[in-house]
Amino acid sequence: MSSRLFVFLVPLVVIAIFWFMARAEKGKHHDPTHKGFFERNGTALGIVFIALVAFWTLFLVTLPYLYMVVESFHPKLPPAQRGGPTDVLTIAQYKSFFINPVDNEINTTHIWAFVFSIITSVLVTAVNFAICYPLAYYMAQAGTAQKVRLIMLALIVPYWVNEILRAFSLRLLLASKGLINQALMGLGITSTPIDFLSINVGLYVGLSYAYLLVMIFPLYNAIESLDKNQIEAARDLGAPWWKIHRDVVIPYAKPGIASGCTMVFMLAAGSLAAPQFLGGPSTLWFTSIVYDFFFQAFNWPRGAAYAFILLTACIAFVLLMLRMFKVSLGETIK
Amino acid sequence: MSAGVELDHITVRFGQFTAVDDATLDIRGGEFFSFLGPSGCGKTTILRTVSGFLDPSQGKVRIGGQDMAGIGPNKRPTALIFQNLALFPLMTVADNITYGLRVRGVSKEERRKRAGELLDLIALPGQGDKLVSELSGGQKQRVAIARALAVQPKVLLLDEPLSALDLKLRQHMRNELRAIQQQVGITFIYITHDQGEALTMSDRIAVMSDGVIQQVADGKTVYDHPDTPFVASFVGENNPFAGKVVSADGEHAAIETAHGVLRGRNDRKLKAGDRAILFVRPESFRLGAGASDATIVSETLSSAFEGNATHVFLKGSTKKDITVTVARHGSHRIPAQGEAAAIHFDPSMGVVLPEGKMARE
Repeated sequence: MSSRLFVFLVPLVVIAIFWFMARAEKGKHHDPTHKGFFERNGTALGIVFIALVAFWTLFLVTLPYLYMVVESFHPKLPPAQRGGPTDVLTIAQYKSFFINPVDNEINTTHIWAFVFSIITSVLVTAVNFAICYPLAYYMAQAGTAQKVRLIMLALIVPYWVNEILRAFSLRLLLASKGLINQALMGLGITSTPIDFLSINVGLYVGLSYAYLLVMIFPLYNAIESLDKNQIEAARDLGAPWWKIHRDVVIPYAKPGIASGCTMVFMLAAGSLAAPQFLGGPSTLWFTSIVYDFFFQAFNWPRGAAYAFILLTACIAFVLLMLRMFKVSLGETIK
Repeated sequence: MSAGVELDHITVRFGQFTAVDDATLDIRGGEFFSFLGPSGCGKTTILRTVSGFLDPSQGKVRIGGQDMAGIGPNKRPTALIFQNLALFPLMTVADNITYGLRVRGVSKEERRKRAGELLDLIALPGQGDKLVSELSGGQKQRVAIARALAVQPKVLLLDEPLSALDLKLRQHMRNELRAIQQQVGITFIYITHDQGEALTMSDRIAVMSDGVIQQVADGKTVYDHPDTPFVASFVGENNPFAGKVVSADGEHAAIETAHGVLRGRNDRKLKAGDRAILFVRPESFRLGAGASDATIVSETLSSAFEGNATHVFLKGSTKKDITVTVARHGSHRIPAQGEAAAIHFDPSMGVVLPEGKMARE
């Protein structure tokens, strides 16, 4: 229990250090006109402000994650043994991702699920970008105000439908006797129904659709602020349309593209509902494994360790991509 | 190499609004041609029609004798300099200048060579690696010119490119633009609402109002022999005196105005009984009485000393005062406020035009 207790002290220690640093700084450069925080806001209000911000950042943001970090470095124990002599710090949970503790073989199932999730998320991000870029460009530069409003509405309204309903109607559409298969067979394109769901078409479509807006709005925002004259200037200088996009629009919209792609990738890799409802029967999505550790096996330490593996890998991947495309992290949140 | 531009009965409509109404015009190859008019007169619309960003509702644009219908802006032998320049902010100066060559597949070495030449032309040698944001307003201006010239257009279109510069720089750039035009020898079509720019730089000027070309002539003709009341009142200062023609011959016409019968040149061959406006420029007036049909007597409202000249304002018959510009040299006594003053003019310096719309003050 001691290490678990210790982690709750970390934020307090950090705050205390910062407070002393601020005090030392203030002592060095004494400014008589400076009014302190409590002087400006009054004691009662000041305390309320600090308490609210502290509650939010400590209890709702920092501590749960810190607790999960600590948990992931512990063995799974029955409640009676927690804090006992067997409750030691260990990297066994992280190791179990690579080497299955049951048979000491390489944990191919989980590693494959992990790789599959990452690759699928990359694909979904690419597909989303391919769909959203032309649309965002049209909305931001080409379309009339009225048409843009209409498109916005058509984009947003479907999101009022809840995720479960959306996912299962998609299943209905893609099922062996679903509308699409019947249409394909009716047109004579295929004689036997295609099992879209088991080859994960449903998963790709569902994931892409789920995060469409997350992609389109950063793109739209970025392209919208581009001066139309820049596009016309490139055209006037002889550039065909695709070179205008390659040389003028995309470089300009790069922060927006990075922001949209980062968010879609992160959300897709961490998504739970769409893969569970729409994935094929043999498809193992990484977050589903994490979910099962928490709620089926009640193995919180291992679940936490897996979740952090996913988080670290995603962050590393995104940073690598940003570096590759020469976008700074600050630009993506503009 | 340069090419002439023909506008053949061009009409451009936006819904109900007619931006350009039946413009016919022949711009000669190698000419510095300006479209002059107030904002909203349709001059930018003409420019966009020539560059290909806009299709005329009726009529044809021909460049070098070739019909441009169906040819996009990226395929026309024109280059446009935008009002806000529209330089590419993420590219270096050299990349900006050679962008047109890059999209044409010109090799890197060739591009570097051309960039060097053009940077020399615009007097920015060795500055190719800078970012556009590191340049001053005048330098950006020159980079925009170089970028347009790099693609070796036959016609260069300029959309009020000097309007963002401060006064001193603007006057300097006028000379520079004219010099560049003479050096490269291609057709320049220049859009401006600034008559000073149009008069100093252009070989010929088309004055436009409400989508209609009012007059096409060289600067001196536009100033001295305006065709319409709009041209007379828009280009330079002018004093209008409205009335009815009482007598006219081939050379002069006399019109009955609120200040009596006055005489001026009858360029437009008006006949007795026509409604007309006599225009006399402030610098054409002289203090003191002259011939009875060229003299106005009115109350002095105020005067303004301006160094090289003094402006005297007399009470007019309309809201507008009569402005008289008195040159500094000469022993004139400036009439005092409230004093009745006589002024006269040489009838060959006044012009009688048929009644019509004037420029807004």
